[in-house]
Amino acid sequence: MKVAITAQGKEMTSSTDPRFGRCQYFVIADTDKSSFTAIANDNLAAGGGVGIATAQALVNHGVEVVLTGNVGPNALRVLQGAGIKVYTTQAPTVQAALQLWQAGGAEPLSQASVGSHFGMNRGGRR
Amino acid sequence: MKPMIISVASGKGGTGKTTIVTNLALALACKMPVQVLDCDVEEPNAHLFLHPEFQEEEEVTLPVPEVDSQKCDGCGQCSEACAFHALAVTGGKVIIFPEICHGCGGCALVCPRGAITEKPHRIGMVAAGRAGKIAFAHGKIDVGNPLAPPVVKAVKKRASREGLTLIDAPPGTSCPVVAAVKDSDFCLLVTEPTPFGLNDLRLAVGMVRELGVPFAVVINRSTLGDLRVERYCRQERIPVLLKIPFDKRYAATYARGKCLVEEFPDWVAAFVGLWQEIERLVAQNARAAGNQR
Repeated sequence: MKVAITAQGKEMTSSTDPRFGRCQYFVIADTDKSSFTAIANDNLAAGGGVGIATAQALVNHGVEVVLTGNVGPNALRVLQGAGIKVYTTQAPTVQAALQLWQAGGAEPLSQASVGSHFGMNRGGRR
Repeated sequence: MKPMIISVASGKGGTGKTTIVTNLALALACKMPVQVLDCDVEEPNAHLFLHPEFQEEEEVTLPVPEVDSQKCDGCGQCSEACAFHALAVTGGKVIIFPEICHGCGGCALVCPRGAITEKPHRIGMVAAGRAGKIAFAHGKIDVGNPLAPPVVKAVKKRASREGLTLIDAPPGTSCPVVAAVKDSDFCLLVTEPTPFGLNDLRLAVGMVRELGVPFAVVINRSTLGDLRVERYCRQERIPVLLKIPFDKRYAATYARGKCLVEEFPDWVAAFVGLWQEIERLVAQNARAAGNQR
């Protein structure tokens, strides 16, 4: 199963990134093969519709689970449309987030945790 | 006279754009045909001072995609083509975000199966009418719709081809303001002598210069703050055409929904003078442009 964790770096030891659409990297862990790859988020600096574009990228990568901090309403609609399960986590590192989720400790997200544009520099609207 | 369009913009909000537009309109309405177009579509307020009677209303729409699920095979080309990320494709199904769509039609163009048609999606409205001798129109964007420029353009479509058209622009220097100021014959930038007023005036000056619209400055509440705005205008050789001092009576007039020229008739001459200065600068500018050719 492919699990994507929003991260500030490319390693399992990297810090998690609480933003979904504008996170710096995705670390995609393959739990069957115990391996991982990291992809840079091309949408980091895009103007608008970033949550949608980022969610679409994860759909195209065949991700089944997303672990992140906050997700806005548009991104969540795309992720849920693809049947991707989204969990919110405050774990400090990618590794810790993955372990927490594997232990059943991550909180499933059924509605957006923040409003649109939350990840844009100043913290946005909640 | 040749028809003329004057836009009134500001950079900083709350400096007095509407004060200038409404007073200029009232001062000139007995001399020439005057039209006011309130293009501050997020918060139009000129009607609170001119009290027009509205006679007609029109919907402003954008063409937004609609997908025929019988024809769509979920190939995802529409989503890839959309520069605004208004479409996502998951599990063979298209999800559309109409509030993000800019109505460019690119998705319908690239769809290999002809599954996308464009349907009008309402984003706002334009209302038009008259306030005595003044022709009036304003636009209002619908709550939740982030796309102001199409509504601004719909208001500007009503620009009459005679006399004077005054455009009340939104504050700021972003797309809606550019849409409002673009193609006008002259732009008045209204500011106040405060650090914020100066900072945002600099941004607004950069914008109108980029647009190539000749412009001048009006300083409102000119007896407050400091002299840095005037110093800046001198350095940049920007004419300051009018100063309105801070006066509690003027503020009270505004709060009652009245205009300066109605309650203080001395101001009529000042606004007529402002118009004459603009006319002179526009003519000067046209001559300079002619000489360059």
